[in-house]
Amino acid sequence: MTLYDIVELLDAEVLYEGADLNKVVPCAFASDLISDILMCTKEPTLLLTGLTNNQVIRLADMIDLIGIVFVRGKKPMQDVIDMAKERGLPLIATKMTLYRSSGILYNAGLRSCKI
Amino acid sequence: MQDFVAAKFEMAEYWHINSGLEERVKEFLAKKIEPDVVLQIDIPEKDFNIAGRGSSELKNLLKRLGVDSDILRRIAVASYEAEINVAAHSIGGKMISNVYDDLIYMQFIDNGPGISDIEQAMIPGYSTADDLVREFGFGAGLGLPNIKKNSDALHIESALGSPTLVEIIIFFLK
Repeated sequence: MTLYDIVELLDAEVLYEGADLNKVVPCAFASDLISDILMCTKEPTLLLTGLTNNQVIRLADMIDLIGIVFVRGKKPMQDVIDMAKERGLPLIATKMTLYRSSGILYNAGLRSCKI
Repeated sequence: MQDFVAAKFEMAEYWHINSGLEERVKEFLAKKIEPDVVLQIDIPEKDFNIAGRGSSELKNLLKRLGVDSDILRRIAVASYEAEINVAAHSIGGKMISNVYDDLIYMQFIDNGPGISDIEQAMIPGYSTADDLVREFGFGAGLGLPNIKKNSDALHIESALGSPTLVEIIIFFLK
């Protein structure tokens, strides 16, 4: 599954142009708590979250995030989007809830990351 | 590790050393050798625009030095959690990363107000984070447990009304 597939499955919007959506996504993790995300991510992972502050992008400096899906219609401010752009980290926004987004991706074959 | 118990300061202390590494850690601390590289960064109180930059910078430095990616992730996660702890729970402090050819020795020193019960702070899920800190997605109560999980050695020294010292050692080779 690629980020393109994820955008389609979640009827989502890509938050800046030029992000590499051909990246293959091996697994995903969903949480709104930063320490949970840090504790559970040991391999390249797609993150689904409702957090939109700069620390979510900062996480990508510490762990290997393939991209971030913002759920529940939330979108980060422009300075946060710019931070992601600098890092080449694709950002996607969907109106769906965290539960629904996760369910759709899981059903489509995207496994949970190893914790 | 009785040699390092600093009872003279009446500070509470916590030690965790990964099994099998006790001698290596003890030997390192006893030698007091000069580090090859030192990176010192100030951590202001509750400035979450800046918080985390120190750990990013440290990770970039270690990446250039060729540290293995799995070890790098453990260092970055432990460092970030400790950096956020200083920003979220203290009135400010600093991080000093001492890089050696075979390990990193990180020190996080804040200006208080100290931890009243370190054992309780080590319990996963226990948090004293305020609303502002929680708004950022912190306050899971996993900061110190996450540091412990990713470190080869963790030493905490604190008391209510005192500065807190958190020391972390991670070896580059297992």
